[in-house]
Amino acid sequence: MNPKDAVEKIRERFPEEIREIKEHNGQISVIIRRDRVSDILKYLHSDPFLKFDLLKDLCGVDYYKKKDPRFEVVYHIYSLQNRCLLRLRAEVPEDDCWIQSVSDVYAGANWPERECYDLFGIVFKGHPDLRRVLLPDDWEGYPLRKDYPLQSDLGEREWQGYLDVIELAKKNMEFETK
Amino acid sequence: MPTQKEKLRKKELTINMGPQHPATHGVLRLELDIDGETVVKCTPHVGYLHRGTEKLGENRTYLSALPLTDRLDYISSMANNVGYCLAVERLFGIAAPERAKFIRTLASEMSRISSHLLWLGTHALDIGAMTVFLYAFKEREWILDLFEMLTGARLTVTYPRIGGVRNDVSEEFLSSLYKFTEEFPKNILEYETLIDQNRIWLQRTKNIGIITADEAINWGLTGPMLRGSGVDYDLRKYCPYDAYDQVEFDVPLGKNGDTYDRYRCRMEEMRQSIRIIRQCIEKLPQGPVMSPDAPKLTLPAKERILKDMEAMIQHFVLISKGPISAPIGEFYSAIEASKGELGFYFISDGTGKPYRMRLRSPSFIHASILPKLCEGSLVADVIANIGTIDIVLGECDR
Amino acid sequence: MDQKPDECVIKIDEGIKLIPGANAVVASIDKLVNWGRTSSMWPAVFGTACCAIEMMTTGASHYDLDRFGIIFRASPRQADVMIISGTVTKKMAPVMRRVYDQMAEPRYVIAMGSCACTGNVYNTYSTAQGCDNFLPVDVYIPGCPPRPEAFIEGLMKLQEKIRNEHLRWSRWR
Repeated sequence: MNPKDAVEKIRERFPEEIREIKEHNGQISVIIRRDRVSDILKYLHSDPFLKFDLLKDLCGVDYYKKKDPRFEVVYHIYSLQNRCLLRLRAEVPEDDCWIQSVSDVYAGANWPERECYDLFGIVFKGHPDLRRVLLPDDWEGYPLRKDYPLQSDLGEREWQGYLDVIELAKKNMEFETK
Repeated sequence: MPTQKEKLRKKELTINMGPQHPATHGVLRLELDIDGETVVKCTPHVGYLHRGTEKLGENRTYLSALPLTDRLDYISSMANNVGYCLAVERLFGIAAPERAKFIRTLASEMSRISSHLLWLGTHALDIGAMTVFLYAFKEREWILDLFEMLTGARLTVTYPRIGGVRNDVSEEFLSSLYKFTEEFPKNILEYETLIDQNRIWLQRTKNIGIITADEAINWGLTGPMLRGSGVDYDLRKYCPYDAYDQVEFDVPLGKNGDTYDRYRCRMEEMRQSIRIIRQCIEKLPQGPVMSPDAPKLTLPAKERILKDMEAMIQHFVLISKGPISAPIGEFYSAIEASKGELGFYFISDGTGKPYRMRLRSPSFIHASILPKLCEGSLVADVIANIGTIDIVLGECDR
Repeated sequence: MDQKPDECVIKIDEGIKLIPGANAVVASIDKLVNWGRTSSMWPAVFGTACCAIEMMTTGASHYDLDRFGIIFRASPRQADVMIISGTVTKKMAPVMRRVYDQMAEPRYVIAMGSCACTGNVYNTYSTAQGCDNFLPVDVYIPGCPPRPEAFIEGLMKLQEKIRNEHLRWSRWR
């Protein structure tokens, strides 16, 4: 099955949600608005002809100053019976940074959504347990945004837990054997 | 006055199976609420090895981000490199020459055997069979010696390049590898003799950690985790890359989706890898090992750089600025790594550095299924479950 | 009775003498204690990343570490060496410091691999640039990952350092 057939089916069912369709080297991306993402994915998952049952990946992208809305959440879904990969890109604006969670459709979206929240700050409404997964729980800031620094020396934004460890090490130096 | 029975209160015990533990393979932390010997709730905490590879990749050219991918699944580093190079090649629309494709297939299968041997050694060690650990590492030394002969490094090689591989294979390497493929099946038989029919092994792995086929697909599992439940999905057959469409091999499937079936899947995969390596050596075609017809994207041969001015300029620009004529677009490409499906999603904006480099790691998804496997089982089964999902924290945390 | 005291004592090594008639060895306490410590260094299992695989390989069958008296212990209370192998992230730093504090004196730290020494290529928001920001390190072993032979040489260097220690067992240290 060609991914173009799946795109046609989405277009006839949800015509006002699609913003743009792009193609590069044989793969098709569908850029959609974020409001009915859960409905679209439910339809793609349960339709017996399309049957996109494997969620391969869920990630976020930050288009800082390149386009507005700033963020996008990218879903890669795959159909085992039709051997077809489709990419959906849902746009999320910066000031109203939320999107519907799809963890009730695909159970495997649970941790990738947590990671997206952790690194970009996009809130997933309806997620059973939204907290940070890769960084410590009390970390401030969202590192994968383009305006967050890369270097290790964060200066004033440094995580308090790490500063505590360095303090403790300095204090315990007096007990070390010289 | 409260009676004796009313004075006794039962509470669940929360214990921490911390990041420093001999049985968690790397720095995985599990918070277990146990009631006696049964696990009531299991919360995995990852992120103790989060090194910021994705953000680091955005600041480096396509070529300099290649060594970062070695350190993801550091046990089978050759496969990660192949996946990265394949993704960049597909994004740019170029292809590697035939000889390079066969060499990359050969290298991926060798790293698959190396990864499965380490999995077998550590899984058996955790369950209690220490001899298998020592035997598996002895064979692994052989493979690491072969890697050293080919590339110069044992563990984190950076041998495949965008457009091909770094250098050609020698006759000595091919004959040693052929000898390895003749001797290794006897070793697989040795490991199976030690544990396959062992009563303790069967009791600790049969009917432990059962995942049905529908659950596995819904949770996004891939690789031996999915095939152990009976779903026939192998990227080497579904979307063949490199030379996999020119070699014959079978894909082993399980039936029940328990730990024992996944163990058998991985043992059979090692045998099939040997079969693929033999065919690659026999069918290896002649030709260049780096794509010659993509001058703005691949490095020229070292002999040409010292003689030809144009080749030197091309080399200089590629190393300092990256492929500046990269096409604008995005691409998702995946390979069948030893743990599951390793995917790379690139967004390119025309400069020499990727705008977004996303790594889809199988270990991250597999670690998320631990609560479902462990809740309701015994504490000893937690160890077997951690072994069977075969995670590597470098890949999980990136 | 006619023999002079020097003739009934044989010098084996610098500072160690043997009295053959009495089956006795005479040496300073420093030398005896240091000999005991170098011949049985027990590391605490602390592998983080890729270097941990090389550590496991060195401890396994081909490059055996057991012949040096090195047995890996799971609990830090029973260990005297902590081998930090792999990248040190900021999230892991409190855990590492806690495991180090739980070890009993005399304790040593080996930083194995470039990530543990200085941070390697990972100069990112979540990585500590070397474990010596919060731990006192005795031996640094660079490499990415260091070969098993390099790792064994690092252990030999630590043994040499221990052998040259003076009065560490006493209350005058």
